[in-house]
Amino acid sequence: MDPTLLTTPLDAWHRSLGARMVPFAGYAMPVQYDFTGTMAERCRGGVLSEHLHCRAKAALFDVSHMGQAMLEGPGAAAALERLVPGDIIGLKPGRQRYTLLTNAQGGIVDDLMVANLGDDRLFLVVNASRKHVDFPLIAAALPPGVTLRPLPDRALLALQGPAAASILDGPKSFMGVATMPVEGIECMVSRSGYTGEDGFEISVPATEAETLANRLLAHDEVIPAGLGARDSLRLEAGLCLYGNDLDETTTPIEAGLTWVIGKRRKMDWDFPGGSVIRDQLDNGAPRLRVGIRPDGRTPARAGTVVENAGIVTSGGFSPTLNTPIAMGYVGRAVAGDGTALILTVRGKALPATVVPVPFVPHRYAR
Amino acid sequence: MAKKNADRRYTKDHEWIDLDGDIATIGITDHAQEQLGDIVHVELPDLERIVAANEACSVVESVKAASDVYAPLAGTVVEINETIVEDPAIVNNDAEGEGWFFKIELDDTDTFEELMDEDAYEEYLETL
Repeated sequence: MDPTLLTTPLDAWHRSLGARMVPFAGYAMPVQYDFTGTMAERCRGGVLSEHLHCRAKAALFDVSHMGQAMLEGPGAAAALERLVPGDIIGLKPGRQRYTLLTNAQGGIVDDLMVANLGDDRLFLVVNASRKHVDFPLIAAALPPGVTLRPLPDRALLALQGPAAASILDGPKSFMGVATMPVEGIECMVSRSGYTGEDGFEISVPATEAETLANRLLAHDEVIPAGLGARDSLRLEAGLCLYGNDLDETTTPIEAGLTWVIGKRRKMDWDFPGGSVIRDQLDNGAPRLRVGIRPDGRTPARAGTVVENAGIVTSGGFSPTLNTPIAMGYVGRAVAGDGTALILTVRGKALPATVVPVPFVPHRYAR
Repeated sequence: MAKKNADRRYTKDHEWIDLDGDIATIGITDHAQEQLGDIVHVELPDLERIVAANEACSVVESVKAASDVYAPLAGTVVEINETIVEDPAIVNNDAEGEGWFFKIELDDTDTFEELMDEDAYEEYLETL
């Protein structure tokens, strides 16, 4: 493998568990595992079985490649609001919110999580592929006294699945956050994830990551799972992947993320691209993100053309539904549920239908 | 890889070929299925399709990606394995047996001998 790739603090741990490592966003990451020993008794390994295990019990994902940072100082929330459409000032201590960095054209620079840890401290988690863009962008917009401190010395683990809450006694409601010990190690924990299941994301000092991961794996319900399962889980949950479903030319309205715009922010529209986004909200966006269900069993992958309508941005096979599923952008006129589409796969017409997302209902803690 | 069939031949596209008279049975190798991961869909060629050597005539879709399967030799498709369309996991479980893809009546059986034997294929795998 390319020696210039970065590694996470769990690199050796993945390899010892039988991971197949692949390059992703500049990091060597596990795409799936070939389990042996105890883990093989829990799960066969491979994308399908890791995926199904997460939906049935619990799976542990290493997402340490993602960018973690602390935004701190008096007025930190107001400073971040200059860059995002979300209500950050109104975000209560102990709560997390999904938001977007936007550009002057209303495009999405990145999607990110913002957690209010109290005392003018906001904990941010951004995409691995975008941290080199996001961090300078945020840092440049800060008033004196507010600082952005990247946290490269922290790992990030996601424990996801219906058994997660029986393993970790964390924040009680979806999007709750707390600084608390997990398996005896002090962590920042949020009740959130990227699978549609109940679960937690756990920020832990890099030096303690392997100890924590092993202690979580000591629970019989848990297996490690790779990026392959993470991708098929988030697609079933209808969650966007930056770079596929979102980019600098996609607006929040087109992406179906209108709900991220805070009610108070709709008074002033004082965030980058606010006037463009407001116009789309009032008059309709030219295209919309939709769920797509191809007929039959042939998956339609990202990049598949939707005849006279648009393009598939994420697509694959749903292990839960045992059918192909996809998301993509189509013209507003054909974006209604039930609309028949024609995809072009390997030069052949593949009939498909616009369907609601998520494909698999979310099961978040309420 | 255990010695399974001294008469079996292989391609660099990771297909295996058995010959019985002038009928060649074609599948993907165990190495190929392992690299592909969980196979979720297979498209087979139409019966009686005339195929050229190295012509893409079948598709295997794993959870990760779609891959072509090639006709290793020229001929006519005379049989296809519908059971792997109904249950693609058979290809993962028994790629070099029950998971065969299709059979071709070869135009020229001499071409079979020009393909790699098991030792040559194993050597090839080590270069990857």
